[in-house]
Amino acid sequence: MDNGAARPVDPRVMETMIPYFAEIIGNPASFHSEGFKALNAIKTARKQVADLVNAEPEEIFFTSGATEANNLALIGGAQRYKKQGNRVIISAIEHISVINITKELTRQGFEVAKCPVDEEGLLDIDELEKLVDNNTVLISIMAANGEIGTVQPLKEVAENAHSHGALLHSDATAAAGQIKLDVKEINVDFMTLSSNDLGGPKGMGALFIKKGVRVKLHMIGGGQESGVRSGSENTPGIVGMGKAAEITKEEMMKEAERLTSLRDRLIEGLTDVIPESYLNGHPTNRVPNNANIRFSFIEGEALIMSLDDLGIQVSSGSACAAKTLEPSHTLLACGLKHEEAHGSLVFTLGKNNNHDQVEYVIKELPGVVKRLRAMSPLTPKELR
Amino acid sequence: MYSEKVLDHFKNPRNVGELENPDGEGSVGNPVCGDVMTIYIKVNDDRIEDIKFKTFGCGAAIATSSMTTELAKGKTLDEALEISKANVADALDGLPPIKMHCSNLAADALHEAIKNYKEKKG
Repeated sequence: MDNGAARPVDPRVMETMIPYFAEIIGNPASFHSEGFKALNAIKTARKQVADLVNAEPEEIFFTSGATEANNLALIGGAQRYKKQGNRVIISAIEHISVINITKELTRQGFEVAKCPVDEEGLLDIDELEKLVDNNTVLISIMAANGEIGTVQPLKEVAENAHSHGALLHSDATAAAGQIKLDVKEINVDFMTLSSNDLGGPKGMGALFIKKGVRVKLHMIGGGQESGVRSGSENTPGIVGMGKAAEITKEEMMKEAERLTSLRDRLIEGLTDVIPESYLNGHPTNRVPNNANIRFSFIEGEALIMSLDDLGIQVSSGSACAAKTLEPSHTLLACGLKHEEAHGSLVFTLGKNNNHDQVEYVIKELPGVVKRLRAMSPLTPKELR
Repeated sequence: MYSEKVLDHFKNPRNVGELENPDGEGSVGNPVCGDVMTIYIKVNDDRIEDIKFKTFGCGAAIATSSMTTELAKGKTLDEALEISKANVADALDGLPPIKMHCSNLAADALHEAIKNYKEKKG
């Protein structure tokens, strides 16, 4: 139940990709039939990805993944429009790639402000209004948070941004394929999409750039992707991402219903049975595949290791399971104490999860929590 | 990322729990960092006759606590004071570098417990 970290490629996607490794190997820039086949395949994929978010095909630019798309939008966008201002605003719970990109923007002379969120992870719109000024060039707010699942009110943010002449970028990595996203309805200027999160291959992503919006180029070369992102096209990857987007669009509503019911059963089954356990993030305004639960008095990595032994794979908000020593900045921004953030587990459900697995977690996790609590000096007497 | 020995001590921790009326007790760590350990000792004739631990922390924190109690049990106080964090890590066939300084605190807790015993004894 760690689909947020990596998910399997849909077999139908793999099947679609295979011919493009060895059979249809033309360079889409070539003027012969093999090249045209590749060109057509990319054209189809661009339409498929565009359709997922109600964009026009010419507004979709393929990249090597969500991280590159974030770089292109934030650095490319801020640099392109720097004459209009030097202020960039992000939410306090953006993905680490966005946070680190804004550190680079600071080095480049931009002033970066972080907009706080409430305890359920919802953006503080009043605070955003105070932060946005006419010097603001770009605002980046994720569509949904991959760790706590909270979905943000992007339409309101877009109105706010545009009333000050700022552009809005949204990292939709965790939201795309989970909830309906309509770039026209939201009126967003940039949107990051990840292939793997749609059941497509890794190493693929796309950036939606609204017609008329420009970026400063960051990959200079042969002028592929309408000159926005050079480099010979990764035809199998692009075809795979397109197919994944098509399948996602077709199956999303039904799958969202199934995942929501699994998610809610998981949340209820765990928080009802285990004392001092709480849901992180918003109770209803959250993506269907995410449940983030914290267990007081114990630490997340120890939980992960114990669950792994039982064949259950999950993630944690704990620093101890990560490369840094700081616990999740997202949970801290929601007002949790360090020790509370350390004891959080993230379940991200996917096609590979079913009702029986959820019941298995509900059956096994209380014992794991009890065992670790019995060992912890922080556990109050009545819970030992 | 963890050695077999770390996994074994995490899954089957030795000497976990509390001692009633311990002769010495030592706590280190901070819940903010994600690691808190307490070690309790019973001392007889200058020797650690019994030892228990309680730990809030990651797999490495629990395994190092368990290994520390195993290394210290039956040792004289002077011998136990010689047990270092490096000894504990070595006895576990090593720890990932990032865990060396954040989770390998049990030797400190042991030393604190011995200090506490000596202070109580006067």
